[in-house]
Amino acid sequence: MEMNLTLHVWRQASASASGKLVAYKIRANEHMSFLEMLDVLNEELTGRGEDPVAFDHDCREGICGSCGFMINGIAHGPLPGTTVCQLHMRHFKNGDELWLEPWRAAAFPVVKDLVVDRGAFDRLISAGGYISVAPGSAPDANAVPVPKKDADLAMDAAQCIGCGACVAACPNASASLFLSAKVSHLGLLPQGQPERLERVRKMVAQANGEMFGSCTNIGECEAVCPKHIRIEFIARLNRDYLKASWLYRKEAASGGE
Amino acid sequence: MKLDSRIPSGPIQQKWDKCKFDMKLVNPANKRKHTIIVVGSGLAGGAAAASLGELGYNVKCFCFQDSPRRAHSIAAQGGINAAKNYQNDGDSVYRLFYDTVKGGDFRAREANVYRLAQISVNIIDQCAAQGVPFAREYGGLLANRSFGGAQVSRTFYARGQTGQQLLLGCYQALERQVSTGRVKMYARTEMLELIVIDGKARGIVTRDLVTGAMETHLADTVVLATGGYGNVFYLSTNAKGSNTTAIWRAHKKGALFANPCFTQIHPTCIPVSGDYQSKLTLMSESLRNDGRIWVPREKGDKRKADQIPEAGRDYYLERRYPSFGNLVPRDVASRAAKAVCDEGRGVGETGLGVYLDFSDSIRRLGQNVIAERYGNLFEMYERITGDDPYRVPMRIFPAIHYTMGGLWVDYRLMSTIPGLFVLGEANFSDHGANRLGASALMQGLADGYFVLPYTVGDYLANTKLEKVGADHTEVKRAEQEASAQIEKLLAIKGKRSADSLHREAGKLMWEYCGMARNAKGLEYAEGKLAELTEEFWRNVSVPGSGQELNQSLEKAGRVADFLELAQLMCRDARERNESCGGHFREEFQTPEGEAMRNDDEYCYAAAWQWQGKGKAHVLHKEPLAFEHVHLTQRSYK
Repeated sequence: MEMNLTLHVWRQASASASGKLVAYKIRANEHMSFLEMLDVLNEELTGRGEDPVAFDHDCREGICGSCGFMINGIAHGPLPGTTVCQLHMRHFKNGDELWLEPWRAAAFPVVKDLVVDRGAFDRLISAGGYISVAPGSAPDANAVPVPKKDADLAMDAAQCIGCGACVAACPNASASLFLSAKVSHLGLLPQGQPERLERVRKMVAQANGEMFGSCTNIGECEAVCPKHIRIEFIARLNRDYLKASWLYRKEAASGGE
Repeated sequence: MKLDSRIPSGPIQQKWDKCKFDMKLVNPANKRKHTIIVVGSGLAGGAAAASLGELGYNVKCFCFQDSPRRAHSIAAQGGINAAKNYQNDGDSVYRLFYDTVKGGDFRAREANVYRLAQISVNIIDQCAAQGVPFAREYGGLLANRSFGGAQVSRTFYARGQTGQQLLLGCYQALERQVSTGRVKMYARTEMLELIVIDGKARGIVTRDLVTGAMETHLADTVVLATGGYGNVFYLSTNAKGSNTTAIWRAHKKGALFANPCFTQIHPTCIPVSGDYQSKLTLMSESLRNDGRIWVPREKGDKRKADQIPEAGRDYYLERRYPSFGNLVPRDVASRAAKAVCDEGRGVGETGLGVYLDFSDSIRRLGQNVIAERYGNLFEMYERITGDDPYRVPMRIFPAIHYTMGGLWVDYRLMSTIPGLFVLGEANFSDHGANRLGASALMQGLADGYFVLPYTVGDYLANTKLEKVGADHTEVKRAEQEASAQIEKLLAIKGKRSADSLHREAGKLMWEYCGMARNAKGLEYAEGKLAELTEEFWRNVSVPGSGQELNQSLEKAGRVADFLELAQLMCRDARERNESCGGHFREEFQTPEGEAMRNDDEYCYAAAWQWQGKGKAHVLHKEPLAFEHVHLTQRSYK
């Protein structure tokens, strides 16, 4: 089925330029993905010698986490558990008007049009989102058994693709869901125990320095997460953070760090 | 030119140990004085950069994505092989080696494959220690599953997202090195030229994709881990950004390109639905365990699947290969699907598709069992196609998935340019003419964590490296070449987008250099590709400027390289007068239509040397010896 749509797309030439919504008429087909519809728009714009709409994308299978923007105010659009690259046009109808805007968060400055800079996420991981193990020093993989339910829960958290939808959807632009996913993933595994408290303390400190807001338990993040990361991981984050803060103070008082 | 593969002497089991002992070491205090460039941040590049940082080298790592975590390794679904023999089912390093050489249809280098099998066990240890949440049994130990081409369960996995979890482990190790300052990460940065001074790789020229700034990075050695070139076909299972630019530009600076025509076509992908289609999505091979593949018996039968009676259906794999049935290897299943579609019996709007039908299994096992096994895949299929595979058969079609060819490297992963190392899918060494499932992740991590860190040290310890400055003539020349190409692309101001030219070239490649090839078609495609290349440089349209984020400009540069590579692929396919693995030449098949190798004349790796624009490549041959796995013809009847 063919459909005619009106797109209002955020156009912004660069980080320092001011942006505005520009309207485009587009003819789409129900089998297209949302990004393929934008490809068609960009072909038309290129044909007219105009600047195509810039948007991030890569795998188009919902796993790399590159893509993502707001469609009518909802991160990744109306279909739950779906990145915008896996969203197909059959979920829209002829005559729809759609507003496309980049993630809006102080920690994610706009680069161009729908592209934002999510480098802050890399810096959060760099601050402590890892287990320190040099190649060659690992014990046999089966030397450390992990209860299946812990491994499964760790995997639930580890599925985060780092797209940034949680931050964009949060009224506080908090990175708590992203942080909690990594803190829970590593904190649930025996391999992650030695650095568990240090990790959460450093990652939260980094988040505070990156202009992410605080979590006030609103839950928008969970609603838009394309990988169904659950808000209960934020409870784990908070518990670990509280414990880490407490122990850290004690350590500092006794002449520690 | 003589290709020296530098395979160590001695029994195959001891070659790698001997090599490690023979190699020189770099004193720990001297490591930080060496700068190493790593291009690419997937399993191979990310693992290499993290390991080299850990050792104390000064590393610069580059990726075109906005974060190293997005490299295309992330999309691998099924798993990673390792010869752990945790299942007590008869696996061993030797068996993994044997299966891989045979699966590659005897066109891989035995010594490399043996080392890969040896290292496979260390990889699983490393990843588990990093916190990769592998699937586990109730007792807490690691679970395994079976994969194509093997009779043991040696595949480790993390649900259907094994690549993602391995890459995130690797990315976290990399970010840890970033925090120590030993690795400097350059995201949204693309390599455009290799700098070769006195015959050695000494640096790269890059473009900052956000600002357009051209930068020069000098180093003691350069490592390319930039993945495969499947996107030469335009439609593939690769990510949209996956490209050949880094290895192609290195090729033009003297690195030989080996077996470019060896590409893998995966039989179970979601078919193309229209001209706007941008990529193809893989459905895991495991589906063929319970699904039956069929097409209508009569051509042009447009009835819905459920209205075609049993007598009107042709379960062609079960008919042609009674003993393996729906579980024949990837290359065989792909070619059979093409054959029935060519006969006009394909299904779906385009006629390019076959049914993968679960109704028998659902009747036999119940929907719950099928949902438990394949639920997430069924959900993904429905999300993309809008059809519910519990009720109507899936429609599938083969798609380009992986490229076994790549830059030629010796046993130490060094290309024909001294100081230029090539890892992972970007090199050619381990999979021969066909890769087995769950072996790509294994190779990427083996190269990055456990091979390169040793071999690069030996190179640095043995090589006298003159100090070079940014004002060296070769540096200036490389910078000038990179800038000139960008200016040229922007100045053409033609009528066609790079995408439209790419799509046209991809169709040609799919038609003539895809699942089945013949000399006449390949020659025709080469001619057409030369015409398209000429049109590209006359008529491409690249809006915008070079001093900003310009995705059209990025694409145009990549398409220019794909067009040249495509011609070499056709030439290589035409030169290889035999069928082996993923390379099927219609002229060389058995009376039953199976691939026919010619070991007397083609038991070699074909390594091609660039001669300059408009000049024909020159072929060099590395003979392959099979001392342990004896040459036999595959049969699945």
